[in-house]
Amino acid sequence: MEQFIQQVVEENDFKSERLLAILREIQAEFRCISKDAVEIVASLLKIERTQIISVIEFYSFFHLKAVGQYDILISDSITDQMMGKQSLIDSLSKQLNVAIGSVREDGLVSLNNTSCTGMCDQGPAGLINGYALPRLTTQSIEQIVSLITQQTALSDWPQSLFKVTDNIHKSNLLLDNPIAQGEALKATLQRGLKQTLEEINISELRGRGGAGFNTAMKWRFCSEEKESERYVICNADEGEPGTFKDRVLLNSYAHQVFESMTVCSAIIGSKQGFLYLRGEYLYLYDQLQAVLDQRRQQGLLGKNIIQSGFDFDIEICLGAGAYICGEESALIESLEGKRGIPRNRPPYPVTQGYLNKPTVVDNVETFLAVAKIVINGGKEFSSLGTDKSKGTKILSISGDCQLPGIFEYPFGTTIKQILSDCGAEDVLGVQVGGPSGSFISNQEFDRILAFEDLATGGSFIIFNQSRNILDLVKNFTHFFAHESCGFCTPCRVGTSLLKKQFDKIADGHGSAGDLIALDELCQLVKNYSHCGLGQTAANPILSTLQRYPEIYQQQLKDISFEPGFDLDASLETARQLADRTDTNAHLTQVEE
Amino acid sequence: MSKTITIDGIEVPFQEGQTIMEAASAANVYIPHLCHNPDYEPHGSCKLCTVKVNGRSCTACTFPAVDGQEISNSSTELAEDRKKITQMLFVEGNHFCPSCEKTGNCQLQGIAYHLNMLDNHYPHFFADREMDASHPDLLIDHNRCIFCSLCVRASQETDGKNVFAISGRGINKRLIINSASGKLKDSDIDVNDCAAHICPTGAILIKRTGYTIPIGQRVYDQQQIDQVTLTKELDKHDG
Repeated sequence: MEQFIQQVVEENDFKSERLLAILREIQAEFRCISKDAVEIVASLLKIERTQIISVIEFYSFFHLKAVGQYDILISDSITDQMMGKQSLIDSLSKQLNVAIGSVREDGLVSLNNTSCTGMCDQGPAGLINGYALPRLTTQSIEQIVSLITQQTALSDWPQSLFKVTDNIHKSNLLLDNPIAQGEALKATLQRGLKQTLEEINISELRGRGGAGFNTAMKWRFCSEEKESERYVICNADEGEPGTFKDRVLLNSYAHQVFESMTVCSAIIGSKQGFLYLRGEYLYLYDQLQAVLDQRRQQGLLGKNIIQSGFDFDIEICLGAGAYICGEESALIESLEGKRGIPRNRPPYPVTQGYLNKPTVVDNVETFLAVAKIVINGGKEFSSLGTDKSKGTKILSISGDCQLPGIFEYPFGTTIKQILSDCGAEDVLGVQVGGPSGSFISNQEFDRILAFEDLATGGSFIIFNQSRNILDLVKNFTHFFAHESCGFCTPCRVGTSLLKKQFDKIADGHGSAGDLIALDELCQLVKNYSHCGLGQTAANPILSTLQRYPEIYQQQLKDISFEPGFDLDASLETARQLADRTDTNAHLTQVEE
Repeated sequence: MSKTITIDGIEVPFQEGQTIMEAASAANVYIPHLCHNPDYEPHGSCKLCTVKVNGRSCTACTFPAVDGQEISNSSTELAEDRKKITQMLFVEGNHFCPSCEKTGNCQLQGIAYHLNMLDNHYPHFFADREMDASHPDLLIDHNRCIFCSLCVRASQETDGKNVFAISGRGINKRLIINSASGKLKDSDIDVNDCAAHICPTGAILIKRTGYTIPIGQRVYDQQQIDQVTLTKELDKHDG
């Protein structure tokens, strides 16, 4: 083990910033990062063991205790649930004789749930040893069980099990006609850096991750900082349940994304960029490295790019299972080899980002757009869209429709139009922007896709009339409690309290006062949390409570007060111990 | 002319680079806080010091004072919400004031009294937390840890050691000890370290000193936490 770790740490230049990469390799090799491994890494990197342990305990894909030789995770996104994920995981559990959330005694296999893996258009999906397994069916489950039972090496598994498809159903400005390699760089040099930034300014492009900050302004702020070192980061930690467009963009448009990062580096004066790729997209890693290599060979990356005298390179860093790292400052912390805890602001990343140097962090789709703008000018882009939202938006459409997949629309398109294009019928409502966005009912389909109306990072989940609103709210509320980083009190404790309080009502144990308490708690978590995660964690409850108060009311009991726990159920252990089943061994919760 | 911010209608001067909390303390205005200690880098995690700056919620201990800010600190709404945040801390851990050695000297309890907290409001988590009494002079009762990270910062910044760290995620967050065994007895900590004395609650205690001052004569038995804090911080300011 020592030799292996020594080599891994050496390959990572003994840099503590590369801690996640180092731990990923150790985890993959030994199925855990043992106490001994922690000590070795600590002494080689000259950092405290506690830093390593705290990183391991923070990220879902790192383990202090060994997982199975075959480690299976099944995506627990609402769309996976709607596609029958539960019966599949139950079947896996039964056939492989391993309880969900545990490792089989012989260590051959482990099974657990995981947050959305970004395969909502081809679910139910899972991961095996980190690699994506889309379109799980009863048949493929049987095939997987037999491969595991025969202990077939993962590399010998049929490739069809791992086949991920793009599913682009509607393209527009960005997805039509990808740029020729080097075209945007040449256009930048011809036009000049200042004028190129001006074209981006003319385009009125706003960040596509959801927050919608003006891109040209962000780049200008970063370039104006009095520092010699600057960084460009592409945020591909696409963790919002229901979002998968970045997966497709990186699979089929990676050149264009990397080229725009290079343009950005020229404009702001950066030598080093990073692609922070969510751990769930491990299967894309090798092909993305190959694209980078190709670009280096073509002189589009590395030293003296297209003989213009400027240098820039891109490193790919993999996440390890933490939704919070999609938040830009948490992502930067993660890139520095730490837990993904959002920083206090100010300062913002444009002034103090990676290693406290000025840093531009942009979404994959934002970079995709930049190349087009640089080549065709800003006007083409700004001619599409609405007053405040220019250009187009790429949606990841999933849920109850005939054509789940990727759709590109000019901003301003109505929800009605989108639903008709993807073949959604008998619709109950749509979750726009993922769990952190909002739920809209079928009375609101004239609303439009725009920052000023329905903003979305790309997630668009459709629910038909057969779905139960409370099921989706429960899924989303549990998701936030699971993904809260735990830094601040209102989110750490509040999201877990929301989960308890919501479940109490949904499970039929609530009374009138509980709805008021739920609403109060929602406001507290929303108004006092440190970052966007906590500030939006109550949205699923708030947006449905507002639209469907009757659904919540129906769950309530007729009494004025209901205790937070089930008294009679709590006595079960005592009854068993005392071997009692008579009526006197039961208590009613509320005096009748 | 010196720059000022306005807190609840009162003009408060500040120096460039000061946070709202620093400006307020210097002007004898109390903003409730637990994870903040003027001797250390602000953390901003407990969120008790949340104030409204021009209508927006901001953490006073980390947010810079800027000329002309209109700040609300003592509204009924803020007081209610701070009380709820305190209640969250109470239900998250296992806090039994009557049987805790720190009672009367505990800042969490002091804040609760100050905010007129009369019950826990939320359901308890009954978290399964451990106690580490392995060290001859110190003990850690994890039941009472509120993750203010002051011991982490004190050990690093003042003691020049690295005895503590925060680990875990979300509600499973936990304080860990930097030693091969994970026990306090095998760490570098010394009873005279700053980190051993900085805990605002009864999570880190010095052995055999628990009852040298009788209950009833302790810090917050005599005076409310706002007065104690302001006096202490003003002393530092002047001294």
